[in-house]
Amino acid sequence: MIEVPDLSFAALAPLLLVLGAACLGVLVEAFAPRDVRHPVQVAIALVGTGGALVATLLLAGTHEVTAGGALAVDGAALFLQATIAGLGALSILLFAERSLDPARSAFVVSAAVPAGSPRDRELVTTPRVQTEVYPLATFAIGGMMLFVAANDLLIMFVALEVLSLPLYLISGMARRRRLLSQEAAVKYFLLGAFASAFFLYGLALVYGATGSVRLSDIRAAGPDGGGDVLLVLGLALLVVGLLFKASVAPFHTWTPDVYQGAPTPVTAFMAACTKVAAFGAILRLLYVAFGTAEWTWRPLVYAVAIVSMVVGAVLGLTQTDLKRMLAYSSVAHAGFLLTGVLGLGGGGEGSGLAATMFYLLTYGLTTLGAFAVLTLVRDGDGEATHLSQWAGLGARSPLTAAVMTLFLLALAGIPLTAGFTGKFAVFRAAIEQGAWPLVVVALLASAVAAFFYLRVIVLMYFSEPVADGPTVGVPGVPTTVVLAVTATATLALGILPGAVLELAEQAAIFVG
Amino acid sequence: MTISYYLVLAAILFTIGAVGVLVRRNAIVVFMCVELMLNSVNLTLVTFARATGTVDGQIMAFFVMVVAAAEVVVGLAIIMSIYRTRRSASVDDANLLKY
Repeated sequence: MIEVPDLSFAALAPLLLVLGAACLGVLVEAFAPRDVRHPVQVAIALVGTGGALVATLLLAGTHEVTAGGALAVDGAALFLQATIAGLGALSILLFAERSLDPARSAFVVSAAVPAGSPRDRELVTTPRVQTEVYPLATFAIGGMMLFVAANDLLIMFVALEVLSLPLYLISGMARRRRLLSQEAAVKYFLLGAFASAFFLYGLALVYGATGSVRLSDIRAAGPDGGGDVLLVLGLALLVVGLLFKASVAPFHTWTPDVYQGAPTPVTAFMAACTKVAAFGAILRLLYVAFGTAEWTWRPLVYAVAIVSMVVGAVLGLTQTDLKRMLAYSSVAHAGFLLTGVLGLGGGGEGSGLAATMFYLLTYGLTTLGAFAVLTLVRDGDGEATHLSQWAGLGARSPLTAAVMTLFLLALAGIPLTAGFTGKFAVFRAAIEQGAWPLVVVALLASAVAAFFYLRVIVLMYFSEPVADGPTVGVPGVPTTVVLAVTATATLALGILPGAVLELAEQAAIFVG
Repeated sequence: MTISYYLVLAAILFTIGAVGVLVRRNAIVVFMCVELMLNSVNLTLVTFARATGTVDGQIMAFFVMVVAAAEVVVGLAIIMSIYRTRRSASVDDANLLKY
């Protein structure tokens, strides 16, 4: 006799809303006539993600384990789910922008038509838009929200795939430069599948060592001072799978290619939301399942954090494409986030969890805004992302240059922006746990990284505009909303971070 | 019959798959190597289910199969779309994105 697991529908409401919206989107795609699909799909996706955001806020303070122990709805899960839902809704708005591209959308009309064929050239200029991206993106958001609440390695794996599979597809759906986009999709898919195989083998080994995949059972069965090779090996493989998703060096090789090739709204979505989801899962795995066995993973994470910061900062210097540059910046930021992860003590003491969650929120908002600005600057062939094309942008379009400057300063971590508050919080947490050598490396890496952000600012303001430079498009309502929200939040979290920091501190509890 | 033979076999299969992903050049073959890795995980799971006397491992193997099937759908669609454009599924030919 199989017992029916106890489901708390209230605690699952955010997930049900998003995944329900995604299923509804698939039905709309099948049954609604083509001309009404775009507004309907956008509305469904926004209602789903916006509703999930509201639901997580209403649930604040919940601490329970539900669905037969498979899902943990606790402060950390709800904070991260709210972050993902909010950033996801903003990304959907970026997807829905129709006035920038003369072709009316950033996504290919029919992904099945071979790139460069006569039919493809015909379709490039039609005003028809493709709406499959909205249910796909909503599924990815649902998978991410499940990922941060998973209390069971199997659920974590399923969530990992639910978030990854739609991302592989939508990163191959750019309207322009389709070869680059398809290549990005193939690379992301093959490397992503490779990494999830590692995660899965880790799951199998942990199951063999402990007889369970529930995080609390793994904690109870924890390694007893060096004996359990299977368990430690399993942990290492699980961490490799998760670090891949978080684009931490040395598992970052896909990041620049995929960020450059994917349509820019999708890049923004991946950079902001995937990072939040992956770090949510890393924190939960390390502290809930392996919190009593810190000696097994702390040196590994320590080393990986240093490698990631150095690789991101140094390789970022050599980039000439803005999307690639922001991709290496994301690798460096993954390293900074890992300093926050190390700022949490094994017993849950220290402010590492709150600091990391706050950093994820600030980084997500800032990077989403930066990629949104990239969609504005265009030439005849789509977005102008080469560094040289941005020369003298400050003279041509002062407002765009000013907004981009704000985001770049925040990414560099200059005071009075959200980036500074976030960095300060994670570094303080790491120092409190005695990881000051790591913080010294992090500060040096920040200084190096600041150089390539400032280079763009100098280029925008102090160079002569190039003769046939790009034009700055006038954004429609969706992109304007995204830019307004992200810019305001970047400033507000830099000047008055108190309320949100306090919220993160209150939410920083894992239920086992 | 000890269970360790099965675990060693699974580990060998996993290694063959991982090496295959790194050295093979055709996207379809690379993808088949990933599938080999997933199936070696299934073997490991079923073996551990037997060893621990629970059915959890066998149920997990079903989950893995379902996810692998979904992955095939997505993966082959992506590989098909690039093949139709380039008339080649070699991962060496897809080299527009680099430093």
